[in-house]
Amino acid sequence: MSARPPAKSAAPVASSKVKTLTIDDRLVSAREDESILDAARQNGIQIPTLCNLDGLTPVGACRLCVVEVKGSNKLFASCVTMVAEGMDVVTDSERLQRYRKTIVELLFSERNHVCAVCVSNGHCELQNLAQALGVTHLTVPYRHPKLPVDASHERFVNDHNRCVLCQRCVRVCGEVEGAHTWDINGRGIGARVITDLNQPWGSSETCTGCGKCVQVCPTGALTEKGKSVREMAKQSRFLPYLTMMREDRHE
Amino acid sequence: MSKVRLATVWLDGCSGCHMSFLDMDERILEIASRVEVVYSPLVDPKEFPADVDVTIVEGGVSSEEDLHKIRMVRSRTKLLVALGDCAVTSNVPGMRNTYKVEEVLKRAYFENADLKQQVPSEVIPRLLPRALPVHEIVPVDVFLPGCPPPADVIFGALVSLLDGTTPDLSATRFGR
Repeated sequence: MSARPPAKSAAPVASSKVKTLTIDDRLVSAREDESILDAARQNGIQIPTLCNLDGLTPVGACRLCVVEVKGSNKLFASCVTMVAEGMDVVTDSERLQRYRKTIVELLFSERNHVCAVCVSNGHCELQNLAQALGVTHLTVPYRHPKLPVDASHERFVNDHNRCVLCQRCVRVCGEVEGAHTWDINGRGIGARVITDLNQPWGSSETCTGCGKCVQVCPTGALTEKGKSVREMAKQSRFLPYLTMMREDRHE
Repeated sequence: MSKVRLATVWLDGCSGCHMSFLDMDERILEIASRVEVVYSPLVDPKEFPADVDVTIVEGGVSSEEDLHKIRMVRSRTKLLVALGDCAVTSNVPGMRNTYKVEEVLKRAYFENADLKQQVPSEVIPRLLPRALPVHEIVPVDVFLPGCPPPADVIFGALVSLLDGTTPDLSATRFGR
């Protein structure tokens, strides 16, 4: 969407629409409607993300992409912070690494992510993040909450034990499939993804059974039925192409 | 130079981490030439000795025996290594933590038992309310996650510790 070049017939981008900023001591430029994360990625600077997914509206749910902007004590989620002229961004520092590790630790402690027996073991974005950020153990205690597993759908399973509340399922269902079956119920530690009016997935009247939510889910929360440990590899790369094809049709 | 005194302890785990340790094949001879294994499920001594340099712990802390053992081990060990996901995260043993101990015992010894339905009261140590990772009980110096951690990682970590350098853990992770 925002990362696409303008159509050929459109007027050339006015110079005022291009912002020049510094990311990790490198001078870069980006369109004013692009986020710090977009600008960084276009320049080969990697910022860790979890809830972000190409083709979905960024929501800043996981906060892993936080960056420092010089002149402010606040940390900014780079996926939802637009670039600005003269901005001086730091994407990697001891403080940021500490916060990112803590975020991953809190995600692990909040639910029951038992990687060893998870269907997504070896294909999980949370597991990969822990490894990439050097989270070898938790410095916070595990909560071990008792959480339900909804296997009422004919083909899919929703295991709340593995959910990180990234809202990818909510977004892909509403924005791409157009069904808006998924939502978030509750607040804070009590928040849960729900289908329709908090009813079993299998009884949902809006779910089309397309499975997009399953494919974009970064962990073993939404999975295909009948998969055993390590078997649930996700295919989320369809998304940018699908979005692009639909946009072209509207033009 | 005297040999490093090495011990390994098996708490609530499946012994898969010890298997992975042995899976380093002939490289174990290199480790053996530099250490003296003073206590382990793999060797004879029955008492955990004093003045151990490095102890590798497999398994979570699930029972009163585990609790007693890990505290004693910590007090007699210079460097404590948590080996594998059960020791590091409580992993599979911790999956009972969402239930009360009574519910777990009822499930195991009544609902799933055909003969002599009773909770054992002798020989088997009493379960703690929750199975916990080792570092929630005593301080741990090195964490080797993985179910099990690969033999290469265990070997590399041991060599690093014997050399006095920081182990490279980038090749292992939770679950693996």
